[in-house]
Amino acid sequence: MAPETMIQLRDLWRTYEVGGRPLHALREICEQIASGEHVAIMGPSGSGKSTLLNLIGCLDQPTGGSYVLNGREVATLTEDELADIRRNLIGFVFQSYHLIPRLTANGNVELPMVFAGLPRAERHERASAALEAVGMLERAGHRPDQLSGGELQRTAIARAIVMGPQLLLADEPTGNLDSKSGQQVLQLLDGLNDRGLTLIMVTHDPGVARRADRIITLVDGRIVSRMKGSAMGDINPYIGAVDSGAGTGELD
Amino acid sequence: MTFFEVLRFATAALRGHGLRTGLSMLGVGIGVAAVVMLTGLGEGARRYVTDQFASLGTNILIIIPGKNETTGGLPGIGGVPNDLTIDDAATVLRTVRSVDTLSPVAMGTETVSYRSRSRDVMVVGATSEMQQVRGIVVRSGSFLPPGDWKRGAPVAVMGKGIAQELFPGQDPVGKVVRVGDFRTRVIGVMAPRGVSLGIDFDDIVIIPVATSMRLFNRNSLFRVLIKLDPLADSEVAKADIMATLIERHDGEEDFTLITQDAVMSAFSQIFAALTAALAGIAAISLSVAGIGIMNVMLVAVSERTHEIGLLKAVGARRRQILVAFLTEAVLLSGAGGVLGLGAAWIAMQALAATYPAVDVTPPTWAVLAAVGVSLVVGAVFGVLPARNATRLDPIAALRS
Repeated sequence: MAPETMIQLRDLWRTYEVGGRPLHALREICEQIASGEHVAIMGPSGSGKSTLLNLIGCLDQPTGGSYVLNGREVATLTEDELADIRRNLIGFVFQSYHLIPRLTANGNVELPMVFAGLPRAERHERASAALEAVGMLERAGHRPDQLSGGELQRTAIARAIVMGPQLLLADEPTGNLDSKSGQQVLQLLDGLNDRGLTLIMVTHDPGVARRADRIITLVDGRIVSRMKGSAMGDINPYIGAVDSGAGTGELD
Repeated sequence: MTFFEVLRFATAALRGHGLRTGLSMLGVGIGVAAVVMLTGLGEGARRYVTDQFASLGTNILIIIPGKNETTGGLPGIGGVPNDLTIDDAATVLRTVRSVDTLSPVAMGTETVSYRSRSRDVMVVGATSEMQQVRGIVVRSGSFLPPGDWKRGAPVAVMGKGIAQELFPGQDPVGKVVRVGDFRTRVIGVMAPRGVSLGIDFDDIVIIPVATSMRLFNRNSLFRVLIKLDPLADSEVAKADIMATLIERHDGEEDFTLITQDAVMSAFSQIFAALTAALAGIAAISLSVAGIGIMNVMLVAVSERTHEIGLLKAVGARRRQILVAFLTEAVLLSGAGGVLGLGAAWIAMQALAATYPAVDVTPPTWAVLAAVGVSLVVGAVFGVLPARNATRLDPIAALRS
């Protein structure tokens, strides 16, 4: 049985008004992402990677075209319906973690459930399970300022998965981490993907991107290439071809 | 998201910025304390004055000579006031059934001396009925003797203070003192009473009214104090007294009849207005505190844009974010209100310990209003920052 389509983007545009002139952050994006896929989005700075991720995450709305998520046209949804989708269907992982400093790791993981109105006992149980899954259970009582970068990101991943989402969106999740912590985080994300979670990750790092099933490369808001992750080859992420977009030509 | 959860979230957020939270709580606290204490003082003053009037006893009527209004007609034809005389008073006592008792009163300042000691004091001319009308307690000797009001025996009753000054260490009863040019025998000393209705009872000498009018060389009384029958209808009594006096004064209403109630309510109104004015001044400080809260919340929102963006990303609805920030503001001002109440309570305890005579208990409405207003202040001044929070673009908010 073919995996069902989760995300269907058709001729998607995102245009900002900057100084009275239109700025096209995304143009003519057409893409399908199946349930359970692992997709990496690459491209130079300002190419629209994050904009695309935010659109997919329902944090932003396209200015043109259509975005169908799980069979529902996102443009027709109300603000509250979008909030519910973000809460129940989507988990976000950010480069800078975005943990609330005054809350413990456990408190941060419980946050989405607080807004979902889950009872306290259930929240605690699910937060513990999520923290255990990312190996942070024994650090659950610590505040963000007492945790290392890798621990912060693992806590953030626990928060992203605690509501049992179908789609995990990660924006440069290893961008602030040393390579060892980065590897741990990537393994964690791979493991979640292996268990059926759709994973879409924005990254600069070809070494990160090649773990994906597919790599989509954006330049100036357009998809300029699609390739299999395994086709990325053995590019040393620390030498060349990073961020400049220079690699896109040969990838095409 | 339950109310308790919102509260916990807001409390944690406020605790995260202890100093800022404390300072804006202080602002509200000062406002609330000001409202409570100033209204307490205003109310205390009002109660003090009305108690003074109440101490007159109930059902008191006062006749004052003269009419405080413009009369038409030519001078000399109408509006010439007749004297208010002892006979007027006697007639009212005799003919108006609802009058329990009454005392004509004359008043003046005279030198009272005993041997080498002398003092200028207030001399009150009255009759034996005065004791009942004003509830005077005599400590030693007796009050003015009953009898013909117009006879005027050469006797005097002293307040405690003047007795002590003229007769240190002695009982003045039986001694002869000079009151002005008259020699009078002291027949009684009143028990200490203090100031009542602006007259220090410890510092007066009471002599028979007829004696006093000769002494002051006056024909008109200063007042007639009337005590009504407790069961009498004061309106009917007033009308009867009016009719009696007008008839005696050739159809002229050249006197003023005031009831204790009227005086009391007039003073009460004045002090209520004063209290309201004080509350208004205090309310200004509360609104200033409200602006302080708005400022703190605006800072909180701009400082916590990441957090707000994150709340949106994890699926918090607009309304939930609004409620969370509004709760924070209300909690901030409410806690300040409680703080202010506590401070006001302590200050009033200290005041009560220092000046036991002054009752500064604030009215219940002021306490409730101050706390209520502090909460409303939080809600009103919290709306703008909270709405700013919900309107944040999550993408911009999350961008580091």
